[in-house]
Amino acid sequence: MDALQLKRQLITFTELLFREGFLDEQFHQLQQLQDEKNPNFVVEVVSLFFEDSERLLNELAKALDQQNVDYKKVDAHVHQLKGSSSSIGAQRVQRVCIVFRNYCNEKNVEGCLKCLQQLKHEYAIVKTKLEALFSLEQQILAAGG
Amino acid sequence: MMESCNCIEPQWPADELLMKYQYISDFFIALAYFSIPLELIYFVKKSAVFPYRWVLVQFGAFIVLCGATHLINLWTFSMHSRTVEVVMTSAKVLTAAVSCVTALMLVHIIPDLLSVKTRELFLKNKAAELDREMGLIRTQEETGRHVRMLTHEIRSTLDRHTILKTTLVELGRTLALEECALWMPTRTGLELQLSYTLHQQNPVGYTVPIHLPVINQVFSSNRAVKISPNSPVARIRPLAGKYMPGEVVAVRVPLLHLSNFQINDWPELSTKRYALMVLMLPSDSARQWHVHELELVEVVADQVAVALSHAAILEESMRARDLLMEQNVALDLARREAETAIRARNDFLAVMNHEMRTPMHAIIALSSLLQETELTPEQRLMVETIMKSSNLLATLINDVLDLSRLEDGSLQLDDETFNLHALFREVLNLIKPVASVKKLHLTLNLAPDLPEVAVGDEKRLMQIILNIVGNAVKFSKGGTISITSFVAKAEYLRDAKTPEFFPVPSDTHFYLRVQVKDSGSGISPQDLPKLFTKFAQNQARLAARSSSGSGLGLAICKRFVNLMDGYIWIESEGLGKGCTATFIVKLGIPEQLKESKFLVLPKVPGNHVHANLAGLKVLVMDDNSVSRAVTKGLLLHLGCDVTTVSSSSECLHAVSEEQKVVFMDICLPGMDGYEVAVQIRERFAKRHERPLIVALTGHVDKMTKENCMRVGMDGVILKPVSLDKMRTVLSDLLKHRVSFEAI
Repeated sequence: MDALQLKRQLITFTELLFREGFLDEQFHQLQQLQDEKNPNFVVEVVSLFFEDSERLLNELAKALDQQNVDYKKVDAHVHQLKGSSSSIGAQRVQRVCIVFRNYCNEKNVEGCLKCLQQLKHEYAIVKTKLEALFSLEQQILAAGG
Repeated sequence: MMESCNCIEPQWPADELLMKYQYISDFFIALAYFSIPLELIYFVKKSAVFPYRWVLVQFGAFIVLCGATHLINLWTFSMHSRTVEVVMTSAKVLTAAVSCVTALMLVHIIPDLLSVKTRELFLKNKAAELDREMGLIRTQEETGRHVRMLTHEIRSTLDRHTILKTTLVELGRTLALEECALWMPTRTGLELQLSYTLHQQNPVGYTVPIHLPVINQVFSSNRAVKISPNSPVARIRPLAGKYMPGEVVAVRVPLLHLSNFQINDWPELSTKRYALMVLMLPSDSARQWHVHELELVEVVADQVAVALSHAAILEESMRARDLLMEQNVALDLARREAETAIRARNDFLAVMNHEMRTPMHAIIALSSLLQETELTPEQRLMVETIMKSSNLLATLINDVLDLSRLEDGSLQLDDETFNLHALFREVLNLIKPVASVKKLHLTLNLAPDLPEVAVGDEKRLMQIILNIVGNAVKFSKGGTISITSFVAKAEYLRDAKTPEFFPVPSDTHFYLRVQVKDSGSGISPQDLPKLFTKFAQNQARLAARSSSGSGLGLAICKRFVNLMDGYIWIESEGLGKGCTATFIVKLGIPEQLKESKFLVLPKVPGNHVHANLAGLKVLVMDDNSVSRAVTKGLLLHLGCDVTTVSSSSECLHAVSEEQKVVFMDICLPGMDGYEVAVQIRERFAKRHERPLIVALTGHVDKMTKENCMRVGMDGVILKPVSLDKMRTVLSDLLKHRVSFEAI
């Protein structure tokens, strides 16, 4: 496939991601920040996000596994995750975080666990999509675009 | 031999027997005369009170001398010597003297003695009188005591029956009555019924007609009246005694329902109801009614009347209170039902709100999408009709939902700062297409002193203006529609047409007055009052055009205007003469001065020149690595020199005069961004050396803003930050900083 086709594919894919709500305007902003001075800005930020999220998801699983759940800690982690996801525009993840925080306030462990599952799910999806996006970009670069 | 002696010959010849008797008598007289003074002395000595001792002495002397005389006389019966005669003579002389003196003294003494006697009698009479009075007083006091006791008994209860029964019992006891009875008037008022007696347990319903002369006599006076024991009211039991039934007294007892009355002057009303109390003394006792007993009876009757009134009033008030309680309970129930109904309605509305709007929006959205596709003219027409109908339906739904929320007061205005001029321009833009189709000319006049920015509910104000202008367009077939808008001054506010409306402008508010004049079909005078009532349609206007609204538009407008503390009215000269709709609403004056230093998502991006951001040293504090990286990237892109830290301690360590701006995330649990801000401020005393502090936060609410202002931060930005926003914020920050230094 040549660069042009790849580029069109990239555009379609990106549009799809936006339409389906995986990403929002913030991601677009990130893309705008990428320039000659900062050629890999988006990838760097997104990698940071992956690291951070995985760590936070582990912490959450551990925290919710306790007999006496420390809701303050859980809330702190979710808050962090919400912040990160909103910074890169992972809209769906961010939405789940909001619901998660509500359950935390209500000290509803069932709800929290449900949200955690959802988070993991959403995170997995968005990670896959972003990785696909990046690989497309790589391919474009490789093809000379 | 006969000697010549100086003897005196007795006058008479010595008769032996007579002589003897005289001799003995004289002896006894002398004895008595000597013993009397002795007795006197003895008894006077015994008595303490005897003021006439001298008299006694004189009397004693007189008697002694008399006695002596008689004694000496004893010697003269026989031959006696001259000495005896001399002694006898001297004794007699002395006696004569003393007796004369005594006689003379007695003239003085005897009246005195007599007067003593009179005084004694007088005092005795007085004592008797006092005794009598004492008796009277004692009786009165006892009566008083009885009355008090009776009254106490009577008044200690507020139950009618107890009062009456107690009265009879106590009266019977106090006055030792044989029988005591109370006759009460029947409902009809024509008869008296025997209601209570002292000794009969259950008086059988004797009744007597009320207009008997004896009864009238008793009722016409407020005193206790003696009546004949044979009168029908007194003949309630068979005669107990053999001879004479006891005296009977009857007194009236007023039955009142007055709440305040003077005991001493019962108003003499003719329609007064009285009860009759009959008291009978025991038969064969020959007792008579004494005055004080009658007085007692009268007083008791008065007290009973008072007590009965109180009992009646109490009954009344208890009944009223029970009624009130019932009503309260009923009202409470009704209120709760109403609340439940309202809640149910609100729930229903809330659900319907969403449920109705969703499909509505779907229809509208999809039909508009459909319009974009390839359609045959017929299909296009159909789709347009669908669009129009669904838009109308959406408006209807919105109107109804709005109105019901307005009606029960659950609607609240969303006050915010907005551009007033822009609002009017947008209205114009919205209406222009329709107006041009109908060949209507639109003019907009904004007064020069109309503020550019105001505080109020922009959406709803637009709704009001659109509704009115829309009506004007709807009901006009040609001509001009003029919209005038100005600030209502105090003189204009007291309009003759708005007598109930007294707006008062102040420093923080002003009154916007908008007038929309059209030259359309007008409104007849009888329809003017109905305009703002919901669902009422103007017949003429209905005929004038084809489409119809819900009739709710003006009603909703009025509600909104009222919510904004305003007034709306429509004037028309008549059918075909056009009409003028005017409304006044209260809008707030925005606090521009306060907000100028503080930047919160500037809504009106000014055309300011972006300050040179190149090389600007900034510090970013955020514990979230992703956010930190993004913010850093942003600032780098804008050309700043960025240092990042991830904790407050690092921040304080890294901050220096070189940094011009510090961005800090404040919604970190645990780390107190505010504390850092305070410390930075303290460290840099001089203003121009201090870096500007901007807070980054995931949500901006009033409290966050206030907290930031309190610690002295210079700005607040909502995350996530876009490139343009960051650029604008930085430019504004730097610009204002320059302006600060100029001060």
